[in-house]
Amino acid sequence: MTAATTATGPGPGSPLPGPGSAAILDALSAVRDPELDEPITSLGFVASCAVTADGDAQVRLRLPTYFCAPNFAFLMVADAYDAVAALPGVRHAEVVLADHFASDAINGGVAAHAGFAASFDGEAAGELHELRADFLRKAVLAGTDLVCRPLVAAGTDPSRLAGLTLGDVPPSRALDRLRERRADLGLPAGDDALLLIDPATGEPISGEAMPIHLRRARLMRISIESNGSMCRGMLQHRYDTPGQGEEEDR
Amino acid sequence: MYEKNGEKYFVVDSHMHYWNAAPDNWVEGAEQYAKGWIECFHAYQSLGPPETHWSLEHFQKYSEDDLMKDVFEDGHVDVAVFQPTYLKEWYKEGFNTTERNALMGERHPGKFIYNTRFDPRDGDEGINALRANVDRFGSKGVKLYTAEWNNGSRGYKLSDPAAYRYLEAAQNMGIKNVHVHKGPTIWPLDKDAFDVSDIDHCATDFPDLNFIVEHVGLPRIEDFCFMATQEPNVYAGLSVVIGGLMHARPRFFAKVMGELLFWVGEDKMTFGSDYGIWEPKWQVEGFVDWEMPDSEELADYPRLGTAGKKKILGLNAAKLYGIEVPAECQLKEEGAPAAPEASVGVEGQPAPAGA
Repeated sequence: MTAATTATGPGPGSPLPGPGSAAILDALSAVRDPELDEPITSLGFVASCAVTADGDAQVRLRLPTYFCAPNFAFLMVADAYDAVAALPGVRHAEVVLADHFASDAINGGVAAHAGFAASFDGEAAGELHELRADFLRKAVLAGTDLVCRPLVAAGTDPSRLAGLTLGDVPPSRALDRLRERRADLGLPAGDDALLLIDPATGEPISGEAMPIHLRRARLMRISIESNGSMCRGMLQHRYDTPGQGEEEDR
Repeated sequence: MYEKNGEKYFVVDSHMHYWNAAPDNWVEGAEQYAKGWIECFHAYQSLGPPETHWSLEHFQKYSEDDLMKDVFEDGHVDVAVFQPTYLKEWYKEGFNTTERNALMGERHPGKFIYNTRFDPRDGDEGINALRANVDRFGSKGVKLYTAEWNNGSRGYKLSDPAAYRYLEAAQNMGIKNVHVHKGPTIWPLDKDAFDVSDIDHCATDFPDLNFIVEHVGLPRIEDFCFMATQEPNVYAGLSVVIGGLMHARPRFFAKVMGELLFWVGEDKMTFGSDYGIWEPKWQVEGFVDWEMPDSEELADYPRLGTAGKKKILGLNAAKLYGIEVPAECQLKEEGAPAAPEASVGVEGQPAPAGA
């Protein structure tokens, strides 16, 4: 789909260099599917992105099915809009979700900065902050398994995990990610913070509660990853071209 | 019945359909939803083996002969449970109604069980319609699709007072089994539509009803497992798990099966092909052949043996629906049936991890 990505330099009428579509894609890679806790780029949800020399950015998003949940879809479109609009040199951003039952409500609502409840007038009782926080807590739980499993495989006795701090854990991408999600929720994320905490309360997980906590963390991770895997399969059936920045299953 | 290596498996397909989603059945003005729905289902079929894929046209409307061949002649199924989904806002005669199922099924005595449905937003009229269906078709189960659109409403929760009223009425009419299918919309839309905590409430408040959560609560397996482990009357309907993962994502299939065996247990898991999304033949044969792979990351999951496969493929559902199982297909060690609370993690107490 190279045709859709037009990397453009500064045009004759613009004194400042435009951001270029690579910068747009990079900004979009910071937007996650809240349910799958993965960037919309690697999931293949970015059908195209382009920007003119004058800084008019256009992004087209797509999802695995016509009936993907409208609340999560709205969050992704709104987050993509915010990420692109905040780029230096972008003077106008348009983000459009294609082929979805609620495309009109979502696209119109995001363009008008209307918020979720106003975009789905009468059908929603509020905004999506709580939903987002719920799924961040799930991501923290799943991320706990991602960090703990390699530790145990490398010989750490599981009974010792409750005593570890984040600073005790060797650096890894999974650890950075866990810290980021915890920080997003306002949970302790520094070196001296305990590795095992309840994502809802931030309370430490005691020795007795630890086995079930780790079990839940693994279940959470498997749930998210298998959903993501099925979503990829459905998306590939629906569209025969890869998305911008799409990556295979982890 | 399916026979492999001298073992005989009685197969109950506890979740299947006979739909008409062809353009002749689309509601004027709602064509995009009718089309979007069936295309979404068709995408799920793509997760099965390539040689079992159908054209979209065939998928939209298959015949009685197709169904009898795919499910019974080739598919090894002994008894199939029709699960209706109405969607009358999008499909003129409904997508897959109790009546459509039964009119076909009547020509094949003994092969089908006719579940019906209700929608708690339908008031007194809906209760009367439910009673009429139970009387006419002898339904012992209902299929509930909580994301169904109804007069401007985008769905409901099973913990709504209106839903309780219907569950009570259904129970009084002799309904035993409630199959729940979550979808992407509920009211209000800002909540997670796939959340299963409403089923948790119902399961506690209606201890004499069985709640079979279809596609094991996907995409919320975690919430489902944690709920099911605490509620003796909650079952895992394996539709979509086998069809969607066993072929396309075998690594995830093993992990999801491992989790289900740990949290829910083989006594409370039921096979459903979700036909016409997937044909039962490859699912039954593949499931009988399946074994937990020998891998360290799967080492502490419970194993699934021949007896467990027999329960999941048919014996568990036969109990739920009172279906007589031929002696040759019953478990040899019959006489000590598993108690409903025999799952591993009852009351939040997990079985000790093997590793």
